[in-house]
Amino acid sequence: MTTTMIPAASPASPAARPKRAKAGGTKIWRYIVVRLLLIIPTVFILVSMVFFLMRLTGDPITAALGGRLSAAQLQERIHAAGYDRPILIQYVEYLAKLVRGDFGTTISDNHTVLSVLTTYGGATLELAFYALIVAFIVGIPLGMLAAYFRDKWPDAILRVFAILSYATPVFFAGLLLKLVFSVWLGVLPVAGRASTSVELDIQFLPHPTGIYLIDAFQTGNLADVGDVLQHAILPGIALGLLTAGVFLRLVRTNVIGTLSADYVDAARSRGVSEFRLVRKHAYKPALIPIITVIGLQIALLLGGAVLTETTFEWKGLGFMLAHYLQARDFVAVQGIVVLLAVIVAVTNFIVDIIAAIIDPRVRY
Amino acid sequence: MSATTAARNAATPKRPLWTRIPVVHQLRQSVGLQRGMLVAGLVIVAVFLLTAIFAPLIAPYGFAQLSTAGKTFGAQQPPSPQHLLGTTVGGYDVLSRTLWGAQTALFVIVLAIVFSIFIGVLLGLVSGYLGGWLDRVLVVVADAIYAFPSLLLAIVMSIVISGGQSNLIGGVLAAAISITVVFVPQYFRVIRAETVRVKSEAFVESAKVLGASSFRIMFRHILRNSTRTLPLILTLNASEAILTLAGLGFLGFGIEPSSASEWGFDLNRSISDVTAGIWWTSVFPGVAIVLAVLGMTLVGESLNDLADPRLRTRRRAAGAIPPPGTSVATAPGASTDVIGDLELESRS
Repeated sequence: MTTTMIPAASPASPAARPKRAKAGGTKIWRYIVVRLLLIIPTVFILVSMVFFLMRLTGDPITAALGGRLSAAQLQERIHAAGYDRPILIQYVEYLAKLVRGDFGTTISDNHTVLSVLTTYGGATLELAFYALIVAFIVGIPLGMLAAYFRDKWPDAILRVFAILSYATPVFFAGLLLKLVFSVWLGVLPVAGRASTSVELDIQFLPHPTGIYLIDAFQTGNLADVGDVLQHAILPGIALGLLTAGVFLRLVRTNVIGTLSADYVDAARSRGVSEFRLVRKHAYKPALIPIITVIGLQIALLLGGAVLTETTFEWKGLGFMLAHYLQARDFVAVQGIVVLLAVIVAVTNFIVDIIAAIIDPRVRY
Repeated sequence: MSATTAARNAATPKRPLWTRIPVVHQLRQSVGLQRGMLVAGLVIVAVFLLTAIFAPLIAPYGFAQLSTAGKTFGAQQPPSPQHLLGTTVGGYDVLSRTLWGAQTALFVIVLAIVFSIFIGVLLGLVSGYLGGWLDRVLVVVADAIYAFPSLLLAIVMSIVISGGQSNLIGGVLAAAISITVVFVPQYFRVIRAETVRVKSEAFVESAKVLGASSFRIMFRHILRNSTRTLPLILTLNASEAILTLAGLGFLGFGIEPSSASEWGFDLNRSISDVTAGIWWTSVFPGVAIVLAVLGMTLVGESLNDLADPRLRTRRRAAGAIPPPGTSVATAPGASTDVIGDLELESRS
């Protein structure tokens, strides 16, 4: 995390700003390049760390097949896969393969890790997308409301809600939602990404994207779209509430901060109502920190996705990760973990760039 | 000037420094809603601690007990006078396992925090004070770890440490160390930032002039002046530790049910129960997690708000709440910004 939070009411000296904005045109490119170069060590460190940590436990073949094959057979497979060579050579080879996009082959079911990633990646992406939507819809308006009612009872309730949404593990939230809406009320499906018939429709598509919402539109059947969306509601809420709480608190803190800024005072002195101040004047600067925080939220979302997917049998990367963990297939685990790490690093980069474009103060 | 006073205060033993001054001081400082939140949090934490310590006395059965007086409990029994909260799919008593779970959670929290404070503070201090290439490398590594999904890191660590499953001591240690790896960068960042700030103070200069060794300056002069933000991160991390432990348990990386009781693991076992409408196996361990995390977060949040003048409800303002705009932010100190950062940006 390289960006710094912008204190909401930071007294940016007005005189200095126009000058900076002029230089901004060339500076932004330098910032992008520098920031891009910074990804490389981050990803490199994570990949190396995961590689050496996983290899500390021994070779992946013994881990996955230890009880099932004889010692001689194990030796043979270890030798064939090259796991008996010095670790540094394996490491260099691993890096070289990784650069070419070769993540290895799973031991338990003999797929290439890359195919696992492309098959199930879409589902995780889709889930994270739904969760972010829930988080925005719930978190931002409620945060503004809490700031408006600062220190009164609605604020108290909203803050307790925010803390509760953080204190509840996503899988428990998921189980509760399931219990209430699927089992007791019976209005929403219990698990999965779509009904069996819809899954079949999607499988026969010429170009399935793996993102069911898009695929459902491709089938041209609106009932399919409805079915996919129905399946998405509970997982989306379970995962989204976690982030919604973070957004709520962030918006609240920052709107309270901007409400005491000079320009808001000026608007207030012109007789602008307090509600309008929050809605029109104070909230925009308060959104910038949200953008910077989304980067870290992506890491949180992906971690949460692993748990949500397991709860709802949502067949994405997280579900597969849990599956491969159970099978002790560490080649697959390593591949998925590395991919998620890369996704996090890249999103952080994109988020930082967006933040820099919106707010010149971030560039340094 | 204030730093030297702080140094003198810091000469008292460490424990009172963070138990007495931060919490009691802030309890007195707080008013209204904030005080309510702080008190509620402290009460929940106290109940959690008491449950954890006295679990063997409170729990009606052992956490791995399947029968009493030669009669088995039976699986998935609904709540009844014998089993106030019912039994699990494995035939354990839900109430007992929920109560014992507090103990496991406490073990893990304490170990994880002790480890991460020790390592994080040490690295932060050395890195911040000495600077140079070591500092740069550590910062890059810490940032890389910090940006990584913490649960994934914990999974990788628990594979390394225990191969995934283990007995009580092994499992608790594995979980604690896994969580430690996630936390170290946070302590590192905060302590490093404080160290960089403190090392340019006059009293450090004078210690240098007097010929004190780097070691002595670091541990005698700087350390004691850079720990004031620790209680805050500590409470926030304690709650995160519970969530990470539960997440690991939920993915099947917990402690075996016969070795200890772990809430996340029990929740994992209850997934299929939920579909069948059996609610008591999931609701109670889940509520236990929520309460434990809630208590610690309330304490941590309140401490954070009280440390930040922009968010503190002022005593004078308590009677009639002024319009939001009138409570002008006084320039927050550099370190409170650090806390704000960490609290808002981290998985919080």
